[in-house]
Amino acid sequence: MAAAATSCGPRAGASGCVVAAAGKDSVTSFQRRGPKASGPDGGCRRLASIAGTRPSVRNGQLLVSTGLPALDQLLGGGLAVGTLLLIEEDKYNIYSPLLFKYFLAEGIINGHTLLVASAKEDPAEILQELPAPLLNDNCKKEVDEDVCSHKTPESNIKMKIAWRYQLLPKMEVGPISSSIFGHYYDASKRIPQELIEASKWHGFFLPEKISSTLSVESCSLTHGYRRLLHFIQNIICEEGFDGSNPQKKEKNVLRIGIQNLGSPLWGDDICCTENCNNSQSLTKFLYVLRGLLRTSLSVCIITVPTHLIQNKAVIARVTNLSDTVVGLESFIGSERETNPLYQEYHGLIHIRQIPRLNNLIGDVSDVKDLAFKLRRKLFTIEMVAAAPTTSLQSRKKKGLREGEEETLPDSPLQTFVYDSLARTLQIATWLLGVREATAFASRLVRHREPLRQTGSGRTHQAAGPRLWRDGRRQEAPGLLVAPP
Amino acid sequence: MLAPAEGGLLDLLESSQRPCVLLKVPRKHGKLTLLCDAKTDGSFLVHHFLSFYLKANCKVCFVALIQSFSHYNIVGQKLGVSLTTARERGQLVFLEGLKSSVDVFFRSQEEPHPLQFLREANTGNLQPLFEFVREALKPGDNAEAAWRCPVLLVDDLSVLLSLGVGAVAVLDFIHYCRATVCCELKGNIVTLVHDSGDAEDEENDVLLNGLSHQSHLILRAEGLATGFCRDVHGQLRILWRRPSQLTAQRDRSLTYQYKIQDKSVSFFAKGMSPAVL
Repeated sequence: MAAAATSCGPRAGASGCVVAAAGKDSVTSFQRRGPKASGPDGGCRRLASIAGTRPSVRNGQLLVSTGLPALDQLLGGGLAVGTLLLIEEDKYNIYSPLLFKYFLAEGIINGHTLLVASAKEDPAEILQELPAPLLNDNCKKEVDEDVCSHKTPESNIKMKIAWRYQLLPKMEVGPISSSIFGHYYDASKRIPQELIEASKWHGFFLPEKISSTLSVESCSLTHGYRRLLHFIQNIICEEGFDGSNPQKKEKNVLRIGIQNLGSPLWGDDICCTENCNNSQSLTKFLYVLRGLLRTSLSVCIITVPTHLIQNKAVIARVTNLSDTVVGLESFIGSERETNPLYQEYHGLIHIRQIPRLNNLIGDVSDVKDLAFKLRRKLFTIEMVAAAPTTSLQSRKKKGLREGEEETLPDSPLQTFVYDSLARTLQIATWLLGVREATAFASRLVRHREPLRQTGSGRTHQAAGPRLWRDGRRQEAPGLLVAPP
Repeated sequence: MLAPAEGGLLDLLESSQRPCVLLKVPRKHGKLTLLCDAKTDGSFLVHHFLSFYLKANCKVCFVALIQSFSHYNIVGQKLGVSLTTARERGQLVFLEGLKSSVDVFFRSQEEPHPLQFLREANTGNLQPLFEFVREALKPGDNAEAAWRCPVLLVDDLSVLLSLGVGAVAVLDFIHYCRATVCCELKGNIVTLVHDSGDAEDEENDVLLNGLSHQSHLILRAEGLATGFCRDVHGQLRILWRRPSQLTAQRDRSLTYQYKIQDKSVSFFAKGMSPAVL
């Protein structure tokens, strides 16, 4: 339990009260460990974990879900309570509001208190547009349906060629089912009205707050930021999210969401000039906000239009002052949109920083090339498909169908040459984007093993893209049987 | 004095061919050690020095601006020291930046706080912080005389820049601290500064260069140029700026690669990772 003493201030005893309820009507002092021991009238009811949270296996922190199970997995299980998630917005701000809304919707489903701050939209409207959750019974079906909808029926036939992947350890750890921690959301539907009405939320809409008092205090913070900080601090104090005044009622988590922080609408000028006079406003705000988070049961998501920030140094400082940083880069309007490598996806997702909490070493995921895709209903994160798809496509472009493959040179040597040619092409494509060059080296190593394993020349397709779904790595079905 | 910090930099002494390099760090007094990280997180160095000096019975003043107390405490426990006990015994004076920032920002001002500058409009004045450090490390009455040389540890100075303090003000602060801690009290200073790399953070570069110029030892942790690797987390460059009498070995730079483990850091020569061999 010592490990559960956590770094972020007050913490709910999430576990470890197994035997407390013993002894009322039992004969022996031994009790079966397990759910039975904590009966409905047991003393640990009070200490029972907060809905939608779980302790981290790595550092004992209490985690909440981002509302996107695949992202949770990449961030080491979820967001630690008391930390800050910074989302770098994509250029046209299309996909980052989705992550923002998933985060809030997850809070509503779990009964967490919300605090929504925006300078652009009325928080009430943001809440109205939250996506609808896919709850237990129909969730699996819908997810499968959506993921497989574009594939041929025979794609469900198990591929013999990828048998090795079935032996891979499953990524999901812990006994908690996804019905409690992390939900899937249907981006095409709105959240039911009654759920919003039942939830507890506070809105901070800057244009409403700014006019109330214009007392000029001697503080270098921008007026909007200062108001927001005081607002958050008020909520935290009044509702007892800091452990200072013990709550009578059940403990809860405060989810804070701040939209477009740093944009000119907040009264900040870092997006306008490179050498602005109050460039420290944003970093100061983040520092104090982080101080607030660390001393309370709250977790925060912030989206920042980093592509607008003129001074790169500010971005580096903001990153240093956040805990988790995730960057979104959409392909819209970029030359990558036409790159065959990326044609299946809508953008790249960069995990820029994962916090080090209570550990000498941080959780660094070794998967660096991740792409996202907005399906009809779901936002999914996948590993970028490597060589096989492009080589497959280049064949298709030559007018070769699956049946005509026999006409291709098939001796091992020739196939090898063919493969290396495809790879070289691939490298050339990637060299356009310098950043991918390093990722390529690691990918090469990763792909070598299945290649050898299967033996024959063209079977490097076995090492095709693995899907990140349910937070697990799965083989992507239907790659060998390409739709005509 | 040289109880080897478990899994810390001193492990390097066992494995390396030239054991004289780092032994002198804690033994000599009045030194300024600069920790620097580029494209990686160098906080493991801070944890090392914190636990090392606490084990060596030094009086430590720790200005922790980036993480909370319990984070340092839990990591410290993994490295074999308890910050809570050290604080109770008076060995450790801990300034928790995150927590104090909330206090400074929301409570009405009564007494001057070390981080007073957070509230002030114009460029920060670090004098209260310096007063705090001097007060913390001042040799007290006989009961406290048991502690060895005083140590000032800062994690990290770059945060001060983000909080609106100018680079020159930070350099001045360090200069004052050197005069007090290093010269007067015969103690040591260890600070961490990020290397902003290609972010072109001018203020930070001024700070980093200014400190590099003054410091006696520079430990520079760098991420690998080839990107993330599971078995090698980065490389550590040791630049020991020797006093002038040892001209032969002056400015000798050594590079090791390291891997951070749960409770320790293992160092090895370049390309000699156990995973490779």
